[in-house]
Amino acid sequence: MSETTVRPGQEHYVAPLDTTPLAAVDAVDESTPSASLWGDAWKQLRRRPLFIVPSLIIVLLIVVALFPSLFTSVNPRYQELSRALEGGSEGHPLGFTRLGTDVYARLVHGARASISVGLITTAIVVVVGGVVGALAGFFGGWIDALLSRLVDMFFALPLILGAIVMLQALQGRNVWTVALTLSLFGWPQVARIMRSSVLQVRGNEYVTAAKSLGLGRFSTLARHVLPNALGPVIVIATISLGTFIAAEATLSFLGIGLPSSVVSWGGDISNAVPSVRTDPWILLWPSIALSVTVLSFLMLGDALRDALDPKGRTR
Amino acid sequence: MGWYIGRRLLQMVPVFFGATLLIYALVFLLPGDPILALFGERPASPAAVAELRERYNLDEPFIVQYLLFIKGIFTLDFGESFSGRPVIEQLAEAFPVTIKLALIALAIEAVFGIAFGFLAGLRRGGLFDSTVLFLSLVVIGIPVFVLGFTAQYLFGVKWGVVDPTVGGDPTFAELLLPGAVLGALSFAYVLRLTRNSVAEALSADHVRTATAKGLGRPRVVTVHVLRNSLIPVVTFLGADLGALMGGALVTEGIFNVPGVGRLLYQAVIRSEGPTVVSVVTVLVLVYLLANLVVDLLYAVLDPRIRYV
Repeated sequence: MSETTVRPGQEHYVAPLDTTPLAAVDAVDESTPSASLWGDAWKQLRRRPLFIVPSLIIVLLIVVALFPSLFTSVNPRYQELSRALEGGSEGHPLGFTRLGTDVYARLVHGARASISVGLITTAIVVVVGGVVGALAGFFGGWIDALLSRLVDMFFALPLILGAIVMLQALQGRNVWTVALTLSLFGWPQVARIMRSSVLQVRGNEYVTAAKSLGLGRFSTLARHVLPNALGPVIVIATISLGTFIAAEATLSFLGIGLPSSVVSWGGDISNAVPSVRTDPWILLWPSIALSVTVLSFLMLGDALRDALDPKGRTR
Repeated sequence: MGWYIGRRLLQMVPVFFGATLLIYALVFLLPGDPILALFGERPASPAAVAELRERYNLDEPFIVQYLLFIKGIFTLDFGESFSGRPVIEQLAEAFPVTIKLALIALAIEAVFGIAFGFLAGLRRGGLFDSTVLFLSLVVIGIPVFVLGFTAQYLFGVKWGVVDPTVGGDPTFAELLLPGAVLGALSFAYVLRLTRNSVAEALSADHVRTATAKGLGRPRVVTVHVLRNSLIPVVTFLGADLGALMGGALVTEGIFNVPGVGRLLYQAVIRSEGPTVVSVVTVLVLVYLLANLVVDLLYAVLDPRIRYV
């Protein structure tokens, strides 16, 4: 305790120097990283089952899609018509389809079509929608007016309806054409989210500071606006991935998605329909696989949304 | 208000032309012969090809083709399906059924979605809230055709509660199950929207004031919380009516409901290109119109929108 002159009656008002809050401020170790939005989100996420469970399922699905032969040695296209609609047996745990192919093998090999359509579509949609939305939101004015009307036009066509019109006119369908078709009608949503997110970030003080310090417009956009505007886009991209997988299955189910030469869950569900009243379990397995996949991406998106939005947190 | 309506109508014009141009370009500008593509995998007879070539004015320059297509829309001339019946006649027969189905779906999702969402939002973070939120996610995650077949199998085949398929001239009771399947997805969205909106309204200033001046909790919750948080829900429901028309595609196909969705479903399955284009165009117009009405409704309900 150092000696400070304290006038009578002021004991309570003047604190000795070494006990002022300033000392506490000086004691802060500035070398520790601050809690960034992403670091904070990660701390939240790794404790939540709603994040861990879908992440594990998605990792498993990606492994299945990459190396299906690790999980089954049966050829998913090999038909034993004599055993059609037979139940489970040794080596064929889930039995046979109406066309005599192995249900389990088709389940394993079908993951690749769904996952690749989902990933390709989401990648295209995020890049195209992200660029359009960021330019419209950041520059405003006539660029915004023009791009926003373009987005409106594409937005007027619902995903499935637009995809039906385009795919029924296309010859030679495969994973790429289906993914490109879905991207064509999927990007406006990302563009809208990105635009509103950039609009919000653009008004922040650090953006004004970067501009007034003389940073170029594109550098400001790339280094200060985009990283902070990305949160909502990542959430919508995760959820859309699930939606695109469901849309591909719906189109394949309608017979205008992936051709029958590609093993896909949607196609298998469609093939199982004629025997649904007698053997519903053939329809059940690909349906479960599809639903669990879509649900995992939705849950992941939901968990990300909670973690990236500090305002909406309940705890 | 007049300003707002005028601006909103003006914005519709480029969107209408853009969307129809997009549909038209998708079909007729893609590589390959569009007429042969319209026939899908089936062989096309030269007479039919010549007929379609003339019908779609393919010998004219593209812009003339498109303008004639627009003229067809305004004069309600949507061509004929491969069976020779005018598409507009089929649409006129199918639309009342689809509207009936969509209204049933809308009623189901509104009643159950708002009720469950309201209860969940009142106790955010509670057991009921977490359970309902998770279940709604499951409903969103199951693709509608999986849901449809499961419901059809369980209720129609296994338990025999209802007829698995509906057939011509359906009654209200017959449309109940397809309506529930059609409304299931939006039910989950309505639930989540209501829940968030109620939870947010609970901490709003005007609600605190109402509680502070001594109003009882039932009155605060119904009059001050629920009424205000229903504005986004009502507009969602309005926009959804348009979306349900398109969503009926799969549901009507599964349950054999003779509506617009099944018309499109069968045209897709039989690869009847021209019918597909006409029906989709009509559905997109309905969708655009529904969105316009909802935007205007929003401005009526929420004064803040009008002055932005």
